[in-house]
Amino acid sequence: MTQSPENSGRETPVPSAATLEKELEKGWKDHRSGVRPSSVSSITDDDGEGRMVMNFGPQHPATHGTLRSIFTLEGESIVEADVEIGYLHTGFEKLGENMTYQQWVTVSDRMNYLSAINNNVGYSVAVEELLGIEVPPRCAALRVIMCELSRIADHVLCVGLQGMDLGAFSVMLWAFEKRELVYDIIEAVCGARLTTSWTRVGGIMRDVPEFFPDLVYSFLDEFPPIIEEIHGMLLNNKIFVDRVKNVGTVTTEQARSYGLTGPIGRSSGLDVDVRRDRPYLGYENYDFKVPLQTEGDSFSRYMQRMEEIEQSLEIIRQAMATLPKGEVVHDDFKTSLPKKDAVHKDMESLIHHFKLVMLGHGIRPETGKSLYSCTEAPCGELGFFIASDGSDTPYRLRVRPPSLYNYGLFPRLVEGGMISDAVAVLSSFHVIAGELDR
Amino acid sequence: MSDSGSPLMDVFFAILRAVVIFAAVLQVVPALVYFERRLAAWIQDRIGPNQVGPVGLLQPLADVIKLAFKEDLTPEGVDKWIYRLGPALVYAPAILAFTVIPVGMDLQVASFDVGVIFLLTIGSFSVYGLAFGGWASNNKYSLLGGLRASAQMISYEVALGLSVIAILMTAETVDLNSIIRQQWAAGTLGLLQWNIFQQPLAAGIFLVAAFAETNRLPFDLAECEAELVGGFHTEYTGLKFAMFFMGEYVAMITMSALMVTMFLGGWSLPWVEIPTTPGVGDIALSIGIFMSKLIVLLFFYIWVRWTLPRFRYDQLMGIGWKVFIPLSLLNLGLTALSGVLGWNWLIPLPW
Repeated sequence: MTQSPENSGRETPVPSAATLEKELEKGWKDHRSGVRPSSVSSITDDDGEGRMVMNFGPQHPATHGTLRSIFTLEGESIVEADVEIGYLHTGFEKLGENMTYQQWVTVSDRMNYLSAINNNVGYSVAVEELLGIEVPPRCAALRVIMCELSRIADHVLCVGLQGMDLGAFSVMLWAFEKRELVYDIIEAVCGARLTTSWTRVGGIMRDVPEFFPDLVYSFLDEFPPIIEEIHGMLLNNKIFVDRVKNVGTVTTEQARSYGLTGPIGRSSGLDVDVRRDRPYLGYENYDFKVPLQTEGDSFSRYMQRMEEIEQSLEIIRQAMATLPKGEVVHDDFKTSLPKKDAVHKDMESLIHHFKLVMLGHGIRPETGKSLYSCTEAPCGELGFFIASDGSDTPYRLRVRPPSLYNYGLFPRLVEGGMISDAVAVLSSFHVIAGELDR
Repeated sequence: MSDSGSPLMDVFFAILRAVVIFAAVLQVVPALVYFERRLAAWIQDRIGPNQVGPVGLLQPLADVIKLAFKEDLTPEGVDKWIYRLGPALVYAPAILAFTVIPVGMDLQVASFDVGVIFLLTIGSFSVYGLAFGGWASNNKYSLLGGLRASAQMISYEVALGLSVIAILMTAETVDLNSIIRQQWAAGTLGLLQWNIFQQPLAAGIFLVAAFAETNRLPFDLAECEAELVGGFHTEYTGLKFAMFFMGEYVAMITMSALMVTMFLGGWSLPWVEIPTTPGVGDIALSIGIFMSKLIVLLFFYIWVRWTLPRFRYDQLMGIGWKVFIPLSLLNLGLTALSGVLGWNWLIPLPW
């Protein structure tokens, strides 16, 4: 195939269109006859020992994204499982090395599209810690409220999908309907629904609208009944309980050694919660419990999420009651943009604006400074490692996505079970392909 | 209906009945699909199909046209003849089994002396369709779906058959019209004469086994989309898929109709006298009674489908073999005992 540059395009004749077509036709025929086995016995006996190798994804209705698992089956039982990741690799981390600190916020919400706000906040908190600035109290409280709303949306969707994957389709749609309430609030606050890009380094994009408290309070009234409804549909149902009890059991030891965090880690008895252990945004001021389960099976993951929803509702109630007034953006204009009005009228502000926007003058942490900062996303600990080389863009931006670590244990859990168990486990793990592959 | 004199008229009436009843069943399928979709939407707080035609009534028609114009794909490496036979073998038995169901007073396509046995025999053929479809598709998901379907249907057929036998023992006949006549007694207390009250255990087993036989949730393991993509019909497109689809719905109608006939008094109601020489009005009324009972059962089918999650494969087999078959055998024993003791029914009536 390699051609030396001097005779390229000269001595090798360009094949005619008809020849090309013939080649293609032949190749296609070979391809088709080559890859498709021609008898049923050859698809059931992949390894010569009567075992069948089945692809579970990357395109499969139960994987909710481009995850791929490879199961070696003996009948319906999985004797060996393996996962392959990277089907949704998007280079988010590499993008971070080429975008300014402020710009990467928009990328962070593409990572976990089901809880975009939490990603925005997690990233902004990391950069703020790197710069050593603190956001105003109103901004912190609003971030907490929106994070918890987003967590509720994520958890309730996961629980609904857990029902759907086991066949209870209606539960998913009921959950979806109530999730819309959260999305209404998100839409009112930042204009977008899914890819929010709501936070800025040092604050949020703008203050919330006046009717924001009404929206949140009506949400607090309307949402809780769905918890009872879902419990009524699933918890009282022997079929559901039998499907998820003692399925995919994670021991505390496994959870610790595989780095499981979030609801999955807590449901197996690992008592970690970044909100409590390493408070950020004033989480220490709110009174909330961290629920724990001990069994570690799919059922306890379901219970864990439902209990966490209640705690999140509690946090929102407290935060709404004590929501301070004031600015929502850090007032140091070395890092945050001044108001547009001021830019039009005021020389100082114009200069700040110009310097922040132009490359080479914006947010530039000290050379060699680096840190790891983490927040509690709905799936688990969402960490960012940022290393600065003193320029406008980070030298390295590394994300610790909870889904990657959670998914690592998945093949060990499904081995020995049946295909149906794999579905029950995967749906309770709530793996987001976007953040898994970054 | 068959005593009209000349043999020519008999043949004519037989053909007329066959055409009318088959056509009616075929028309019921799209209606049922529409009914199910609206009902599912109602359960899930949605609206459901409402765009095509008045309140979306023409939606099933649009779906059929769409399916008819879909490309009819046959994947490489399939066992072609068996692949084509699969859908037919699901569809044909389901509709053939309907021939012996009396949809109105003594009104059925074919009146055999062995009605029930014919129905069970023909009905069990559809397992071949699912197994063939799954096996011939040359697809791992299909293969697993086909295997699940055959194992599931064979196991639950035992329970289904045993629960039917309990009814046949008390009725001492296999003629469905006689079974219906035996379930009739005048007055509101005549309701207790229905087999669902006389043989509650058999009725329960029959109902659950009928769900399993028709591959409906919570027993839709053969095609459960979350695990096996489409199960046995993963590789089927266009009208072949439509035949699988319609076969499922016809089987659902047949099983519900059998349930109505065997346990819910068929075309009779305790408050309506059964005349010895029925007029056209009586027959129309009996058809109406049958249809309304059928609709109630179909509603139940759909309600369950959109409420319950599905079983795991081993749980399904466990329940089939360890619960339903012993229970139906127990029921059979009890029925036999009560017959020996001289009770007419399993539960003696208050009078």
